Order: sequence, then structure tokens, then C-alpha cells
Amino acid sequence: MMPFDFIRPANAAEAVAAHGAEGEPRYLAGGQSLLGALKLRLAQPSLLIDVARLPELRAVRRQGDAVVVGASVTHAEMAVLTDIPALAELAGSIGDLQVRNMGTLGGSLANNDPAGDPAAAVLGLGATIRTDRREIAADDFFLGMFETALEPGELIVEVSYPLPSRAGYAKLRNPASGYPVVGVFVAETASGVRVAVTGAGACVFRLPDFERALGREFSGKALAGLSVPSDDLNRDLHATAEYRAHLIGVMAARAVERCG
Amino acid sequence: MHLSLTINGKPVEAEVEPRTLLVTLLRDHLGLTGSHVGCDTGQCGACTVHLDGRAVKSCLILAVQAEGRQVLTIEGVASGETLHPVQEAFRDRHALQCGFCTPGMVMTALDLVEHLDRPDEEAIRQGLAGNLCRCTGYRPIVEAVGDGIRARTGAAS
Ligand SMILES: Cc1cc2nc3c(=O)[nH]c(=O)nc-3n(C[C@H](O)[C@H](O)[C@H](O)COP(=O)(O)OP(=O)(O)OC[C@H]3O[C@@H](n4cnc5c(N)ncnc54)[C@H](O)[C@@H]3O)c2cc1C
Ligand code: FES
Ligand code: FES
Repeated sequence: MMPFDFIRPANAAEAVAAHGAEGEPRYLAGGQSLLGALKLRLAQPSLLIDVARLPELRAVRRQGDAVVVGASVTHAEMAVLTDIPALAELAGSIGDLQVRNMGTLGGSLANNDPAGDPAAAVLGLGATIRTDRREIAADDFFLGMFETALEPGELIVEVSYPLPSRAGYAKLRNPASGYPVVGVFVAETASGVRVAVTGAGACVFRLPDFERALGREFSGKALAGLSVPSDDLNRDLHATAEYRAHLIGVMAARAVERCG
Repeated sequence: MHLSLTINGKPVEAEVEPRTLLVTLLRDHLGLTGSHVGCDTGQCGACTVHLDGRAVKSCLILAVQAEGRQVLTIEGVASGETLHPVQEAFRDRHALQCGFCTPGMVMTALDLVEHLDRPDEEAIRQGLAGNLCRCTGYRPIVEAVGDGIRARTGAAS
């Protein structure tokens, strides 16, 4: 790791102000993705700004028909929230115990790994990401591989998940890392059925055909005959693009079954 | 940077560079060599310690992230010559061979024994997913964690 400075601001406003510094400042939450990047020198920040303990980023609350989760809430803390069982189950499926005890919601969303689990729930539930300066709809947040709508220095403060009438998540776990080879989140929400896929493409994406089919009949059977073209899907040592395309159908049907 | 934290119940003051890993502070600065470095990439769990009571990988945490917090390492688990019941369970079940993974396994086991309410094999195996062992085949480790959970909850075996 190259040397860097480190500060722990007392509140979100101080953190954002600190990000205005010269050089290459970077927020640090759980460090479960960033530290690996620092060791490989893929990232060489001049300053790390610790946001893991910021009080505004640590809260969880119910607000009307939504549950609002702070960006620095850990996956382990999210796994025991009872408001949206599928969300808790998803958080509990991430990586391993030690990673869940450190890794956070905000770090995961800002990182936007193509196989990030939390992104599937954010897009699948049609959540809203609140930052220090604005609100970003899930549909506008995930732009591409490791790329989001966040501006330089923009801090994720919290995520507001509208409560669905039902929701389910199914993933084929990479046995070594825990990351989804393919993960599908299905939700019946006030604005209709939403289906979000992670692990298969450059970043999380929706499946309009699957949503329409489930809108007509909410059952795994309704998906029979639907397929996803493999052209733009990921291919790597874990799975071919064709296998991922197949898995999307299988995981979507399983996610529907889990909706109960 | 100046750093104050609690390690194995004792207050510790240290001077570190911000890029110092927690495991480097423990092993190289403080001589607590029980936490092992198997991979240095967050895969193997040999470096597992507790931060405020939860298992974490000390090779994937900066020492400065532990400022003001409670760190428990394998050195702080036994009381004097008396092993912790989970360590006893590892010995009874032959849950170690070469022992390289064992400090990390025990630290993860302690988190699981504290937080799982039943000795469910599937849940224990999932809980151990972040710790690799090249020797035992895991079965005796799973059994030792089950013993620990039964001892804590009083559940029949
Ligand atoms: C062994 C292993 C297995 C894993 N398995 C999985 C898995 O199965 N599924 C999965 O989804 N993930 C997995 N992960 C990744 C893990 O979930 C990380 O927790 C997550 O990707 C990043 O969260 P973090 O809090 O550690 O962020 P950090 O590593 O601290 O930061 C990541 C990025 O986010 C930025 N950032 C952090 N907080 C904010 C904020 N509030 N606002 C704006 N930017 C911010 C940082 O600047 C950095 O660029 C795994 C990681 C490891 C090491
Ligand atoms: S040395 Fe930390 S996980 Fe392997
Ligand atoms: S006992 Fe040798 S690696 Fe586990």
C-alpha cells in the first residue's frame, strides 16, 4: 500500500468538506473492497476519510411505508432487520461472517461491483438513494461496471426502501467468495412488479419482459418460455454467458417461489 | 498517527502509519503472533480477531479503524492456563492438525457460539465460510462449534 493520510470526521458535513482537499481523497467505510484495491495499488488515494461511524450514516428507521437504512449500516446489522425479510436474507448471504461484520450498504453501492448483492435489492425494490446533496432513484444510480451516478465527493447518507407487498431473492453462490454468479431479486411493489438481476452483466439491470409476465400472473410458471439473450452477459472462469442467461430464468423462478 | 485502543482487555497506545494493517500492529508492533496471515487478501480467515465482539479479518482492516475499540485476539481467549470452553471443544474433537488456521477458526467459532441459537450444521458451515482449513476436512471443527453452542444454550446433543 502507498502511504496516505487518514481522518475521522465527526459528522457528514465535515466528511464532505474534507473531500474537497487537494490530491485524491477517498471515503472509507468497511474497507472490505477498498483495502484490497489499495493493496493492489488499483487505488492510490492521498487521504482516507473514515465514514464508518458517522451518526447520520448509522441510523435505521421506519418512515411511512419505507424503511430507511443508513449507508454505514453493516451487512450483518441489515441481516437482522425484520421490515423486509428478503432484504435481510440477501444481506445474510453476502460473502462470509467476517465480511458482513465490516462491509456496509453504502460502500457496496458506491463500489457497484458487477456481482454486488445489495444493488439487486435497491433496484428490485425501487429504492431511493439519499446523498449529502440530492435524492437519486435506483433506476438512475447504477450506470455500468464500477460506475454510478455519484459525483466526485458525493456521500451516500441513507437508502429508503419502499415496503413491497412481497419480495424474494435467489442467487447461485460462488462457493469460494459468496458473490452471486447470478442473483435475481423479485418484488411486487406499489408501482408494479420489479425484477433486478446482479452478477450477470456490467452492473445490476431490470428485466421488463419478466416484469410484465409476473404482472399478469405472479408465479414461477408465468416465466416459462421467457429467455434472456446472452450477448451482453459476463463470461469468466466461473460461468459462460450462456450459462448465466440460463441461470437468470432459474433464479427468477426461485425468487418468485420465495416471495411466499 | 497516535492510536488508542483496547487489546485483550488492556489499554494500548501506539504510533502507526495510517496504512498499517491491524494484523501488522498486532503481530509486528505488539508481538501478538497468534493471529496468522495466510493470504493477506481477505480469503482465508487465519487473521480473524474480534472488533467490539464481532469476528473480522485483521488483514482487511487498518489499525486506525480500530481506534477507541475493543480488540480480542486468540491470546486473550484463555484465562491463564485454563482454556476457554470453545478451545476445549476444539481439543476434544481433534479440530486441528497443523494448527495454522486454528486461531482464526477459534475466533470465528466464538462469534458463532455467541450468535447462533441452535447447533444447526448448515448454519455452522455457512458461519465458517470465511475460514479455510487445509487439514481437518472441517467436520471436527463443525462439531466443536456445535459443542460450544450446546454448552452455551444448554441444548441437548
Ligand atoms: C472475501 C470477500 C467476499 C465478499 N463477498 C461478497 C458477496 O458475496 N456479495 C457482495 O455483495 N459483496 C461481497 N464482498 C464485498 C463486500 O460486500 C464489501 O463490503 C462491499 O463491497 C464494500 O463495502 P465497504 O463498506 O467495505 O466499503 P469500502 O471498501 O470501505 O469502500 C468501497 C467504495 O465505496 C466508497 N464509499 C464507501 N462509503 C461511501 C459512502 N457512504 N458514500 C460514497 N462512497 C462511499 C469508498 O470510497 C470506496 O470507493 C466481499 C468482500 C470480500 C473481501
Ligand atoms: S490473512 Fe486475512 S483473510 Fe487470509
Ligand atoms: S489444521 Fe491445518 S489448516 Fe487447519
